[in-house]
Amino acid sequence: MSTSSTTRKASREAPPVSSTGGASRESLISRSAAMLIMGVFTLYFLTPIWWLFVSSTKSVGEFTTTAPLGFTPDAIPNFIANIGRLFSYNDSVFLKWIGNSVLYAGVGALLGTLFAAMCGYALAKYRFRGREAVFNVVLSGVLVPATALALPLFLIFSEIELTNTYWAVFLPSIVSPFGVYLARIYGSSSVPDELLEAARLDGSGELRTFFTIGVRLMSPALVTIFLFQFVTIWNNFFLPLIMLRDQTLFPVTLGLYAWNSAIGQNPELRSFVIIGALVSIVPLIIAFLSLQRFWSGGLAAGSVK
Amino acid sequence: MQRTVKTAAMAAAVVSALALAGCSGGGTSSPDAAPAGDCEPSEGAVELNFTSWVPGMDQVVELWNSENPDIQVNFQTGPNGNSGTYQNFFNEIKAGNASDLGQIEYDALPNFRVQDGLENIAACGDILAAGDDFVDWTWSQVTFGEDDAVYAIPQDSGPMAMYYRADLFEAAGIPVPTTWEEYAEAAALIKAEGSFITNFPKTDVNWFAGMVWQNGGQWFGNDGDAWDVQLTSPESIEVADYWQALIDNGEVSELASFSDEWNNSFDTGAQWTWVSAVWGASTLSTGAPNAAGNWRVAPMPQWEAGGEDAGNWGGSSTAVLKGSEHPYEAAQFALWLNTDPEALAMANELGGLYPASKEGANLEAFAGESEYYGGQKIYDVFAEASANVIPDFVWGPTMTQTYTDVSDGFGEVLGGTGTLTDALAAGEEKTVSALEAQSIPVKE
Repeated sequence: MSTSSTTRKASREAPPVSSTGGASRESLISRSAAMLIMGVFTLYFLTPIWWLFVSSTKSVGEFTTTAPLGFTPDAIPNFIANIGRLFSYNDSVFLKWIGNSVLYAGVGALLGTLFAAMCGYALAKYRFRGREAVFNVVLSGVLVPATALALPLFLIFSEIELTNTYWAVFLPSIVSPFGVYLARIYGSSSVPDELLEAARLDGSGELRTFFTIGVRLMSPALVTIFLFQFVTIWNNFFLPLIMLRDQTLFPVTLGLYAWNSAIGQNPELRSFVIIGALVSIVPLIIAFLSLQRFWSGGLAAGSVK
Repeated sequence: MQRTVKTAAMAAAVVSALALAGCSGGGTSSPDAAPAGDCEPSEGAVELNFTSWVPGMDQVVELWNSENPDIQVNFQTGPNGNSGTYQNFFNEIKAGNASDLGQIEYDALPNFRVQDGLENIAACGDILAAGDDFVDWTWSQVTFGEDDAVYAIPQDSGPMAMYYRADLFEAAGIPVPTTWEEYAEAAALIKAEGSFITNFPKTDVNWFAGMVWQNGGQWFGNDGDAWDVQLTSPESIEVADYWQALIDNGEVSELASFSDEWNNSFDTGAQWTWVSAVWGASTLSTGAPNAAGNWRVAPMPQWEAGGEDAGNWGGSSTAVLKGSEHPYEAAQFALWLNTDPEALAMANELGGLYPASKEGANLEAFAGESEYYGGQKIYDVFAEASANVIPDFVWGPTMTQTYTDVSDGFGEVLGGTGTLTDALAAGEEKTVSALEAQSIPVKE
């Protein structure tokens, strides 16, 4: 394992060394073309965020009367005032929404990752009748969009009177077919059977083997699954929309959407929606920046079987 | 292996499609007059659920709860009706756990009525007699013209008038129009000044309906047996031809309503009038802060000089949804919510609602001078408009679809193909097929 990764690293670094003598002009053109394309796309993706940031530094009246992408003179005091008003509006309900999102996405992703890891590990490391069938059923779950399941879920949850509770959003969130798939693929290649044999010979129980050996060896994939699941739950909108009525249970996506749809009644909400949207992407940015080095590693690992 | 995956996936897809069909199909019988059944008060303490998306409504509910310990109301919320809450209501009705009370806009009420989603609360105490307390047209919206039937309590309304830039009209020496003929003349003069008289909103089909409404026209009729779809009624065509001429002459702008550009055009004086509902007052004052003091409100231009007719744009009711175990208490709450002066004042202050009750027009909030409108008492104009809204306008049972189809047609007109009349005709045709697809009887 370690030898193969060093050779791969070496071969990746090799080409630039050998090509320095060759067509450096051509590489300059192609490189600048690539940079140009990437630059255009960066601009394309970052402009809305810039707009969001600039807009959050404006007072309600300034939205429609000033240049959309330029700061106004009172940007900093306005920004502070906006944040203050956002967090105090309607008994600080926005803070509650952020807390709910963190709870749904954080705990949901953690448990989802654990279950996916256990399931994927079992599918990768144990031979039992119907193993492929189970895996295929789980895999087919990847293909069914979550949106299509929301309504049936609502009817089921209605039967057991769990709609409009934390559980209504939380329970469906801890299931991740894609996570199971990734955990299985990664587990079968990164957890050697010999190691498990050795652990068994040493008297380790299966559960202990899983937590002490399996989880550690699979950790790059698990971080990927966690991030994936975290983002999916954080952005999940349709399920909470269908399930929840009590605004103290809303995640931030649904709360902002509800505010946005009530702008007609209360135009002041417009500024709350914009500043709220800006604040709501901060946790995602933090999650990505702190875990991104695992992210790409895990994804690539899944593709190389 | 690959084949197994595919089959399994297909099986899963089919199962979920079936589940969906099972949930969304059926239940679209024609509206037959359900007799008002018994409606007795429940014994002991009662708990109700009420769903509304009006900001601040939770505080109004708290007021009720503090005064009525035996009837406690849980406030529930969500996005506005067409953004998800109506679909939630229908889901809940199917699952048998609907909110006792829900906010429903007038143009969505027939949809709920046709799908049997509303309780008839006519027999719940003094509800029938309460009809006199509400502006006539709002009451006919909640009774559907049936005898002995009340399906909701009117909440708010959107009587229309004309917002206009008094300073610009005066500086240019153009008289403020009182008839649609004068309005068209003014439009040409304003174009010569380099501005627009107003914006034609392709997506606000309900605004256009308000125009037809003012002209005494109808888009739908229902004789108890079948629906009559008449988007191309003569009055409707008259309105369409009128705006078509303004569009053809380039005398109206074509901005997306409620966008930043649109707000900005009110702020900079690029637009001189906005024929809109009472709730538009706060839209203007927040969207066009630099024009403070320059806007005024006048009654809608008239089709005949000396007329007083007004249209309406928007408004909601509080309905008791099918399956409520406590319709009597729910009806009492709905009546209090929409008639109690304190409740109405709160709903106006926090949620910007213009009450549908007659007494509501006398709220203190409407008595004063509006600073943004140069000290004009604009709510006097709207109170008059509210009383002059033609009472018998009927909405169809599939308004979301009708709006979308007509709006598509309007978009094409602004893009340069077809006419508003074509768009209405296409909307009519598609509405008829939508009704037929749901087995709702349509008159030929």
